[in-house]
Parts: sequence; structure tokens; C-alpha cells
Amino acid sequence: MNRSNTLRATALAAALVTSAVATQAATIGLMAPLSGPQALVGQDQVDGFMLAVEQLGGKLGGQAATILKEDDQLKPEVGQQIVRKLIDKDKVDAIVGLSFSNVLMGSLPRLAESGVVAIATNAGPSPIAGAQCKANIFSMAWQNDGAAEAMGKFAQDRGIKRVYLMAPNYQAGKDMLAGFKRFYKGEVVDEVYTQVNQPDYSAEIAQLQSAKPDAVFVFYPGGMGINFVKQMSQAGLGGKLPLYSVFTVDGTTLPSLGDTAAGAISAAMYDASLDTPENRKFVTAFEAKYKRTPSLYAAAGFDAANVLDLGLRKAGGDPKKLAAGVKAAGGEFKSVRGPFQFGKNNMPVQNYYAFETVRAGGKVATKQIGTPLAAHADSYAALCKLP
Amino acid sequence: MSASLLLVQLLNGLQYGVLLFLLAAGLTLVFGIMSFVNLAHGSLYMVGAYAAALTYGATGSFALAVLAAMGAALFVGLLLELTIVSRLYRRDHLDHVLATFGLVMFFNELVRLVWGPQPLFVQVPEVLAGTVQLFGFNYPSYRFAIIAVGLLVAVGSYWLIHKTRLGMLIRAGAQNPQLVGALGVNIGLLNAMLFGVGAMLAGLAGAMAGPLLSVQSGMGEPVLITTLVVIVIGGIGSVNGALYAALIVGVVDTLGRVLLPLVLRQVAERSVADAAGPALASMLVYLLMAVVLALRPQGLFPARRGR
Repeated sequence: MNRSNTLRATALAAALVTSAVATQAATIGLMAPLSGPQALVGQDQVDGFMLAVEQLGGKLGGQAATILKEDDQLKPEVGQQIVRKLIDKDKVDAIVGLSFSNVLMGSLPRLAESGVVAIATNAGPSPIAGAQCKANIFSMAWQNDGAAEAMGKFAQDRGIKRVYLMAPNYQAGKDMLAGFKRFYKGEVVDEVYTQVNQPDYSAEIAQLQSAKPDAVFVFYPGGMGINFVKQMSQAGLGGKLPLYSVFTVDGTTLPSLGDTAAGAISAAMYDASLDTPENRKFVTAFEAKYKRTPSLYAAAGFDAANVLDLGLRKAGGDPKKLAAGVKAAGGEFKSVRGPFQFGKNNMPVQNYYAFETVRAGGKVATKQIGTPLAAHADSYAALCKLP
Repeated sequence: MSASLLLVQLLNGLQYGVLLFLLAAGLTLVFGIMSFVNLAHGSLYMVGAYAAALTYGATGSFALAVLAAMGAALFVGLLLELTIVSRLYRRDHLDHVLATFGLVMFFNELVRLVWGPQPLFVQVPEVLAGTVQLFGFNYPSYRFAIIAVGLLVAVGSYWLIHKTRLGMLIRAGAQNPQLVGALGVNIGLLNAMLFGVGAMLAGLAGAMAGPLLSVQSGMGEPVLITTLVVIVIGGIGSVNGALYAALIVGVVDTLGRVLLPLVLRQVAERSVADAAGPALASMLVYLLMAVVLALRPQGLFPARRGR
């Protein structure tokens, strides 16, 4: 090694040291829909994330953490601006949350180009799970089809002969029904797509009654689900026609559904009623701080903070190593949902459980009734070119 | 599709139309008589829904909840009229839209700050919780109650407008407000009363919708857009027009949602029909509005204006 090379190496080492000093504080962008009809879903992710940061003493990866909260309003163009701002102006170490699939997809080009680690806590669209997978983009929530696939498997295992399918008329609705049909082999009586954010389902429920299926499978997130389930129960179908759903009866909607959701069966990767030591601790802490029961969205936010914490430790202050650190951390940290790791496409490989809503002492509660898909990886991973 | 199913769907359309009428009646009067564009009408609907949900939760009486909803919406409506709206009558429509759109955002955020983003839970009142057997279908009793309330309001407003002195002034005001003012009628007071009645009806609609729909921040906007379609089709300023147009829109929307995908399946591939059906159905009422505007810009049942 000649002199000038030694000098260069020393300079490089010095530069590394100063950059490590400069990133003593971790800056994390946290983006979620915090206004509008899906604000509750966004708020749960933020609250779950912030609870974990608080439990870690306000630090992530041992460094004082600055969390920049941003509201994407569930608009792809707003999300895109926020992501640009977080990367270019705030120079964040990682971005967490990233809202719904449409917002995430809108921000994808800038995220991919920048190489900044992004951990989605509410989306796992099929393009990112497949051919467009990126080393720095993770989903801490699910691959979008996972829960629907589990519900299809569950209906198949129960021997349901004729199922009626319903979803809003947009990409996620079609993905959910496709996911259900991937594992359900019985007869599909009809497949009905309704308008997005349709408030009244009386017409569709009358059609549903006249078709006389053995069960109905629906995907109606947020307010749509509250409207549909209530109206179905009012039409006298509650408890009579088995209701299978995903992202419809969950921790965010159950308080507004109350008794009308009794008997509903849903599939998800998490519910507050899961009986693991990590989850019991999480639910107790969440309820103490926020006075409500955590939903699957809160769990995804909570887990994302813990994965990021471990990932930052592994990277040791080198931003280039953070993606690899997060990937390794996924398989090592203790998720509140039970077994977890990132697949080769950075989507979760995890259990999908079936939960039933039951009446318990004048209130409704959820109860785990099965695990239709254990350690389930999505069907798009084969298309992903990552090692 | 069987004839009985079609009848049930017509009933669904009727019920939806009646709910739209409760909103449209107030909006069309304010629009037609004061020439005031009130986008915050949906917020008054939300105020009614929240007041009903909270009162129902606290007292367990649905009748009290409905009264509270009407009272709260009336109060908020009058407050708005006195503090903001009455200052805007003389300005042009763009100012109305700007100011009331601001109010929409204000109310949505206020509700979210106070009660959070979690939708409130409203149960169907015990007596109406059952279903009625109708042509072999279970039809929710509560929806019959909505139809009854809506028709009652329609009859009431007909009586108010055609048989009372106040109604006479309202009709006169719709035709020539300056002359009514010149004849010594306190037009300011008349406007405030009208605005209050419209708000009260919006509150009633909110209370009635509570057990069916999720009561949450921003619930007023989707229904407001359909209501605007109703008053354009019916003829601005005409309560009768609002009733007929609301029923037309209710039935067209309901039957469109049900029949269009079925019809399209006959002519197109299944996957195409499934995607295009709901998309076309959601456009149907707007297409109807466009056709009405092209052929009869004054609406189908316009209020008779002085010429």
C-alpha cells in the first residue's frame, strides 16, 4: 500500500466517523392518513409506533429519535410530496407508515431511487411484492391478498358450498376477491362490486337474500364495513347468513358495530385477543395509554418501531446497511402477532388467523378460532428478483 | 330478476329518495329563495346525526334523540345564519361556496377533535329492530319508519307552503324578494326562519340515518353532492320538485346499481361487466342531471317565478 492510498483510507475512515457522529440522532418520517374517513386507521398506526418509541426511552437504535408525523390525507399526490420533502429536505433515516396501497404506489419511484428504508404499516400491494420489489421497501403489515387467502382457505376447510362475494369497485377490492378465490374451490354464486364509499347497501342486500348462498364474503374497510354489517344485521341476516370478512370487522370498527357484528368471522394477521406474552404486554400498555383496544393497524405500527430499532442497531450508523439490518431484524425481533419474518420480497411471512366476534357479558369480543394459513408467504414472491 | 325482488328494490329506492328529500327540501329553499349556495348543509346533517347518537346513548330514548337532533341542527343553523350566512347573501355565489366550504372543513375537524375519528355507534330503536316479511323477503322495519317520516315531512311542508301565511310569504319571496321586502315584510327574519327550518330537516335526516350509516366526521359530504343533484333535477327553489326529484334519484340510483351489471353481463364479458357496471351505475344520476340540464335547464318541476 503506498502513501497516498493510506492517506485516502485515513480520510475515508475519518469521514465515516464524522458521518456516524452526525447521525447520532435518528430522524424518522411517519406518514399516515390522519384526516378524513380513514383517519382512525392512520391514528392507530401512529399511536402504535409512538408507544414503542416511548417504551424504548424515546430512542431508536440507541439514538435519540426525532419523529416527523405527516398526514397524507389518503391522496397519492400529497403522499408523494411528503415523501419528497422527508427525503430531500429532512434527510430522514427511514420512512414508516406510507398509508394505503395507492399512496404507497404513488411514492414508489422516489423511494426506490433514494434508497431510503421504507416500512409500510398498512399496505403490501402485489407489484411491490412481485416484479417491482425493492431492497429498501418493506411491508410490516401484510401482502394485500394474505387475509383474503386465509378466509378462502377457512371457508374451504369448513366445507362451505356456495359463497357470495362482495367488495368495493377498486383495485384492492378485486385483489381481495381474487385472493379469496385462490384458496376457495367451491361455487361462487355471484361476485358483486359496489361503488367506493357507498353508504347504503339495501339494494345489494336484497339481491344477496334472493341468491340464498351458504355464506357471504366481503371486503369493506372502514365506514363502508360499519354500514354494510349494520344493514345486513337489520335485514335479519345477522347470525343467519354466515359473514366472512377481511378488514371489515376489526379493532377500529368493532366499537361502532357492537352487537350487530356478533357471529362475524374475519381473517387477519393480528387481533388484540391473540394470546401471546408479547401481545398481552402490548395490549395492556396500549389500553393504559390510549384508553382503547389496539387494532391490527396499531400492532403493525408498534412492530415497525421495534424492527426499526433493531435494524438501526445492526446497521451501526451506516445508512447503506440499514435495509439489510431491517431485513435481518424482521426474523429476530418478537412480534406481537406471533411468528414473523420478511420473505425474499420484503413482504411478511406470517400466520393469518381466523377470529369470531362473540357476545360476552353484554359486550362483543373477538375470539381466535383457527389459523387457516401458518407462516404464509404470498404468491408473488417468485416474481421478485431480489436475492 | 323476480317481480317480488323488483318490488323490494323499488321500496329501497323509495326509502333512499325520502332520505334525500329531507336534505333537499331545506337546501332547495335556501338556494331558491335566498339564492344562497350552502355547502355546509351536509355539516348540519352531521350535527343532527351526532346529537341523536349522543342523546340516544345517554338517555336510551330514540324519540328524544330525534328531538335533540332537530334542536341542535336548528340552533347551529340559526347561529350560522346570524353570524356568517346573513352577511353573505349580497355577495356572489363564489363567496358563498368559499365560505361554506370553509365551514365544512371547520365542522369536520371540530367533530374529529371532540369525538375523535372513531364512528359513533347508534342502535336501531328496539320497537323497530325487527323485520317485516314482504314478498318472501325480510325488510327492516326501521326503513319503513324512514319512509313514513319522510312522507310525513313532505305532507307537512306542502301544508306549510300552500296553506299558511308563512308559506305564502315563502312563495312570494321566491318570486320577488325585493317586492316582499318593500311591502313591509321583515325579509331578514323570513330568511333566518327558512334557514333554520332547512337546518332542522337536515338534522332530522341525520338522526334518521344514524342507525343505518356510520356516524362520523365527514359523513355529510357524499350525501350533499347527491342532494345537489336532486335540487338541480327538481328545479331550484321548488319543494315539490325536490320531493319528486329525490324519489326519481333514489329509484334510478338503486335500480341502476342492481340492474346495470346484470344488463351488461348480457352484452359484455363477465369481468368487464363487473367492473363497468358499478362505475356506470355511479354515474347514472349525474347523467340524468346532465340530460335534464340540457333539455330543461330550469329543472323538471320548477317553482313558478314571476315574469
